[in-house]
Amino acid sequence: MGLKTVLHDTHILEGAKIVDFGGWEMPLHYGSQIEEHHAVRRDAGMFDVSHMGVVDLSGDRVREFLQGLLANDVGRLKAPGKALYSCMLLPNGGVIDDLIVYFLSDTQFRLVVNAGTRDKDLAWIRAHAGPLAVSVVERRDLAMIAIQGPTARDKTTALMAPAERATALALAPFFGAQAGSWFIARTGYTGEDGFEVMLPAADAAAAWTALRAQGVKPAGLGARDTLRLEAGMNLYGNDMDENHHPLESGLAWTVAFDPAGRDFVGRRALEELRSAGHLELVGLLLDERGVLRSHQKIVPAGEVTSGTFSPTLNRSIALARVPKTAAAGVQVEIRGKLHTASIVKPPFVRHGKALIPV
Amino acid sequence: MSNIPSDLRYTKSHEWVRSGQNGSAEIGISDHAQGALGDLVFVEVPEVGRSVRAGEACAVVESVKAASDVYSPVNGQVTASNAALATQPELLNQDPYGAGWLFRVQTTSPLEEASLMSAAEYAKFLADETK
Repeated sequence: MGLKTVLHDTHILEGAKIVDFGGWEMPLHYGSQIEEHHAVRRDAGMFDVSHMGVVDLSGDRVREFLQGLLANDVGRLKAPGKALYSCMLLPNGGVIDDLIVYFLSDTQFRLVVNAGTRDKDLAWIRAHAGPLAVSVVERRDLAMIAIQGPTARDKTTALMAPAERATALALAPFFGAQAGSWFIARTGYTGEDGFEVMLPAADAAAAWTALRAQGVKPAGLGARDTLRLEAGMNLYGNDMDENHHPLESGLAWTVAFDPAGRDFVGRRALEELRSAGHLELVGLLLDERGVLRSHQKIVPAGEVTSGTFSPTLNRSIALARVPKTAAAGVQVEIRGKLHTASIVKPPFVRHGKALIPV
Repeated sequence: MSNIPSDLRYTKSHEWVRSGQNGSAEIGISDHAQGALGDLVFVEVPEVGRSVRAGEACAVVESVKAASDVYSPVNGQVTASNAALATQPELLNQDPYGAGWLFRVQTTSPLEEASLMSAAEYAKFLADETK
């Protein structure tokens, strides 16, 4: 039997189809993943993301610690509550995980890491934290619900007491704040506005039911994947992993080479790779019928890392790792036949609107 | 529990067969199969006139999750295919035994010779498969 989140019984009651996801029994969908996808693009949907790891770091040297641990620079975080997306790298530049780090105070930061990598992440973080006397606490006492969509903020704040509601509504994008017993962040993995809420596990089922009553539609991992891919967001294990560095994974924007003196894990390897040249991650739009899927071969060279059917565009889209090319398109081998796909710049969809012509 | 109409016959690869008059047969995929695939987004049906043999892949159903071949349960020649599925693949999810039919075949050997299961046998097969 796999691991279960505190909302597992709620999902079963909602009629969820459950699948294994990195050792966790998670909802794939609650009937129709396409309807759940559209609910998030047009109204509001919610995802149980309690399988993800919340890790609190504290200590006098915690910022210095993170400046060595992460490829992005927490030195950029000046305002309390501000969040930053970063990779955590091996010395050879391979990606251990991608994560979000929240700056809470000069002595406190919070990380949110992937479910499938949490154990190796924690081991890596603890091994590096010891010498700087940074305390590492995994918050297994918290559940996490992502509420996403154009009406997500209104529907979520409608449940809150006035003081907490004011705090939540005042959040700028990519900021988080404690509001009563909830830590609320204006972040997400869908390309829509919304919140990710970390709350005491014991309160999660009641919060889910209350959000449901506000008209927030439960959505599963299936819709989560089509939404993030339309939004051009990477999935760890598909689009990057320990064998693929950020520069060939569309994540160069998350690597802070400045200031030159900041010596983070993986820096030297990435500097060499940067000057030597490398593959790149591009977006693909399939010109014909069919569905792009991960590991399909690309002609002349390369591979699809994530592919799906885009419910918003009604076409198949993908991320693919290819040699740098000036060509406008490639061919993809789908079930033994070659199909033409155009190279496009992600994101494909943001805030309910197509960003590429179809 | 998935819906398994008693007047149809079934294959281990989850196709159903509805026998009509004078050796005609209508073919689709079962409610269990559409549920397992999830939302269908593309359906490819065989061309009219094509000869098919039992066990031959002759249609493709593709969901958000996966692509899957559909095998002809019978020998014969395709007499019709469901063109509506090209623009409305969701018909297959909504009505797998009706509007979601895939193709019709004029059979060239008796249906009795095909290895098909009754509804009761298919129900037991599904129960065993998911044990």
